[in-house]
Amino acid sequence: MDEVTIGWYIALAAILFSMGALGVLVRRNALIIFMSIELMLNAGNLLFVAFARHLGDLDGQIWVFFTMTVAAAEVAVGLALAVSIFRNRDSVNIDDMNMMKG
Amino acid sequence: MQFVEPTLNLSVILPIIILTFSTLLLMFVDFWVPDERKDITGWLSLFPLGGALTATFFQWDTIKGAFNSSVLQDNFSTYLSILYLITGMLSVLISIGYIRKRGHGRSEYYFLMLFSLVGMMLMGMANDLLIVFLALELLSIPLYIMSGFDRTDLNSEESALKYFLLGAFSSGFLVFGIALIYGAVGSTALPDIAEGIATSGTVGLAGIAMLLVGFMFKVGTVPFHMWTPDVYQGAPTSVTAFMSVGAKVAGFAALMRVLISSMGSMDEKWIPALAVIAAATMIVGNIAALTQTNIKRLLAYSSIAHAGYILMAVTASTKSDDGVGAALFYMMTYMFTNLGAFAAVMAMERFSGNKQLDLDDYKGMGKHNFAFAIVMMLLMFSLTGIPLTGGFVGKFYVFKTALEADLVWLVIIAALTSVVSAFYYMRVVFNMFMFDGEIDMPTVPNALKLVMAVAAIATLVLGVLPADWYTIAQNALMTTGG
Repeated sequence: MDEVTIGWYIALAAILFSMGALGVLVRRNALIIFMSIELMLNAGNLLFVAFARHLGDLDGQIWVFFTMTVAAAEVAVGLALAVSIFRNRDSVNIDDMNMMKG
Repeated sequence: MQFVEPTLNLSVILPIIILTFSTLLLMFVDFWVPDERKDITGWLSLFPLGGALTATFFQWDTIKGAFNSSVLQDNFSTYLSILYLITGMLSVLISIGYIRKRGHGRSEYYFLMLFSLVGMMLMGMANDLLIVFLALELLSIPLYIMSGFDRTDLNSEESALKYFLLGAFSSGFLVFGIALIYGAVGSTALPDIAEGIATSGTVGLAGIAMLLVGFMFKVGTVPFHMWTPDVYQGAPTSVTAFMSVGAKVAGFAALMRVLISSMGSMDEKWIPALAVIAAATMIVGNIAALTQTNIKRLLAYSSIAHAGYILMAVTASTKSDDGVGAALFYMMTYMFTNLGAFAAVMAMERFSGNKQLDLDDYKGMGKHNFAFAIVMMLLMFSLTGIPLTGGFVGKFYVFKTALEADLVWLVIIAALTSVVSAFYYMRVVFNMFMFDGEIDMPTVPNALKLVMAVAAIATLVLGVLPADWYTIAQNALMTTGG
């Protein structure tokens, strides 16, 4: 009766994911947006682990390793871009990035 | 517990192995190439592509699974690999002089392009969502860097950051969607999903929806197309050419494989959704393109519109036997035409002062350089879909397959938006032939001339004698299972 069922994990992951997605849409600092994206990916990871436990299957746990690796590679590129942009315009606010319109 | 020895079948990924390892080798060779002559690395990078292309040709008509069927080789994947490798070769050719003149003749550019191609080839072969995800990232991450390759140009930087943020955002959707499907089905292998998805309930449906959102971002369909114009405009034009073809085709490849081979049984659920998205994409892409004055931005909106047409064929692919063939044929015509059009834009482009990317800069081209103007006109005709060009035949087959799938309303929208598209494509042609103007055109490098010639000839051949090529596309069938 006191068991934490899979439904709770799905709900938690969904909440984390929505927070991340909202963060991407609402925040204006590129670094905060990165963090929100990481939150979204980690919500996926949580879901994988929970389902792996629920199904008694290891695949989900292995998935998490792949997701983390890919996320790390993405962050490496993203931070490099942010640094390079900061050098050129002293800001990583995405509202300042409006050179192209139409 | 019994240990089952996995079947590797390395021959399946032989082209990928050749491409990866010869690129790594090239990175070593590059140490001995002096900094001011990095063009040499560019020319050398044609060899890995040629090697992989040769190996791919030998794979035609063999169907094999590898790595416990997580990678699948069939005519579908072979056909797509050939498309990517041709895209890669033409992109390398147009890049070499361009990147040097832009002041960033660094050899990393070519390595990134080759690794991105590895990701694209894997996208077509993926038979497990894990491979789809990894291949997608392998193709995207180099593209983020390449769009920001001109570090001193603020537009290029801005386009890279936008592309990166939205690309990573869409990966978030993709991962979450896959996690939900995994929970509902218990596996991420496409054949297992095909078995379990029909009974997977809400969780499975939510997973499919989020997976589709992730894919739609990558191929740039409405309402997830917002990044496309900015990214295409800001990135170096050679990169725009490469990603407008490669990344888009690869996205559609994985989308088709996932939809048809694992979710074919639920098509009554996703056909209406995809049909609406395809219609919205064609309408928004073509109408937004009408007001553009920058040619790169115009071609960006045009590529959104073309994504809509391809998506129409994808939508029809479970109801009509020719859906996959029509989509693949359309991709072939789109590849040649779009690469040629961007090559033409690059031939005009300057790197300081007036960059010559405005439609007005083409005024008087017909008198100044007749051959260039004729080729550009042919490519614009093909993008519009005027008979005797590849674009027309591509559209014809897409419309036909959609009619067979009873999507009459979608075909009507597609035909009407094609007419609308004629306005903006013809503006380029009218500017070239009907107006007088001073043309200040740099000398066109031979590599660009070659690519434009190849594009023009291919467009004509596909338009006048399409039968054999269409048969090849039709034979590029997907195998399910593994």
